[in-house]
Amino acid sequence: MQSGDVGYLGLAASLVLVAVALAVSLRLRLRLERDLVVSVGRGLVQLLIVGAGLAIIIDPDTSLVWSWLWVVGIVVFAAATNKRRAPAVPGLFWIALAANGATAVVGFGVAFGLGIFPVEGRTLVPIAGMLIGNSMKSGIVVAERLVEALSDGRPEVEARLALGQPWTAASRPVVRSALRVALSPQIENTKALGIVFLPGAMTGLILAGVDPLDAVLVQLALMYLILGGAATTTAVTALGSVRRLFTDDHRLVALPRSRRDVG
Amino acid sequence: MPTAPLFSFESVSVGPPDARRLDGLDAQLPAAGLTVIAGPSGSGKSTLLRLCNRLEVPSAGVVRHRGTDITQRDSLQLRREVAMVFQRPVTFPGNVLDNLREADPECDEARGAELLERAGLDRSFLHRDAGELSGGEAQRACLARSLATNPRVMLMDEPTSALDARAAAVLERLGRRLVDDGTPVVWVTHAEEQLRRLADHVLLLDGGRVHRSGAVQEALGDAER
Repeated sequence: MQSGDVGYLGLAASLVLVAVALAVSLRLRLRLERDLVVSVGRGLVQLLIVGAGLAIIIDPDTSLVWSWLWVVGIVVFAAATNKRRAPAVPGLFWIALAANGATAVVGFGVAFGLGIFPVEGRTLVPIAGMLIGNSMKSGIVVAERLVEALSDGRPEVEARLALGQPWTAASRPVVRSALRVALSPQIENTKALGIVFLPGAMTGLILAGVDPLDAVLVQLALMYLILGGAATTTAVTALGSVRRLFTDDHRLVALPRSRRDVG
Repeated sequence: MPTAPLFSFESVSVGPPDARRLDGLDAQLPAAGLTVIAGPSGSGKSTLLRLCNRLEVPSAGVVRHRGTDITQRDSLQLRREVAMVFQRPVTFPGNVLDNLREADPECDEARGAELLERAGLDRSFLHRDAGELSGGEAQRACLARSLATNPRVMLMDEPTSALDARAAAVLERLGRRLVDDGTPVVWVTHAEEQLRRLADHVLLLDGGRVHRSGAVQEALGDAER
């Protein structure tokens, strides 16, 4: 098997490890068999459709408009996912849309504006997928963490509000903490590059027969874009969300899991 | 012209119709002295207090501070005038002076020492780590922090409930001293003995409504203090 070609037989063989996961679930009575089968099936279908779509998109005769539309779809779907994961934040869909949109603009500005990658169908969609996909995870973490920290930290936030501090100052320690939590995994990932794990794009390129050094350069550029994208998404999401969690007269809104004493 | 009440509550309700924490409450708190709000758990005491500095707003009705609808006031300015000490002392990271500066960024050591003295702590506490104070010390540091905004009213939400008897007695004396110095105090408690020791005026709540109110002797139905 040369240049990393995986045939349908190879794909079927890789399912052996899924069988192992199923066996573990059955043996330990985790009741995850259904989820495992559904996720594997769904992932398979989704990626095959994406593969077919990408084959059309990267065709030099296909208009770039379709690639841009695909990118818009990724941004919107990521915002919807973010909204579903942190429903306590009012208007999170629009905040996440702005955050993912800002990440796309900044990321593409650097990737294409500075000539790191050429603007082509084969670069637009995959880069958007990696950039927004990773940033979305950070955006979800920051929104979830913010709600949790404001709920658990209500006594401290209200103690600050009671001193006449505006919501921006009263929430600052909580926002900082949520941003640190959300960005830490990306920073750790970047630190561990090459030592603990070999990231996906690089591995894929090497498997496809590309020179390892070229693969490393591509991967590094992507990792830096992803790190910057995560920072952009988390900052916009955190600042947008925290604004929605305070009223105009500087009160913290009711939140789930709040432990407020009511006498 | 008669003095406007410190706070007046006109048909005030808080919470959804099927779970009111306050239910069409009408009450007035007098302009001076120490008013104790008391009642069983869940009667709406803390909610009523939180309305006074707009940490909460009513679902219906009007809250007035010295005659002015508090929705007409800037909420940040109102909170600096109407300070609050909470049930559990919440200190911020850093030392006690850092905590005082959260309320007054210009607070220097001399001003800090003066605030601590009013809260019954000596100046050696200024550089103590706020996170390592005992419960009673932390609550007094929180009182000093609240005083740093030069408030005209002090709200105290069951401030002794997490303290031992000795620390509670110190805080009660400090509350009384604030009143003697001209700052009206509104003190929430569920302890009848504390009410009898402290109150000039009483507002007794039950089920989100006023049960009894007035000068302590008439509200409690006896002449004993």
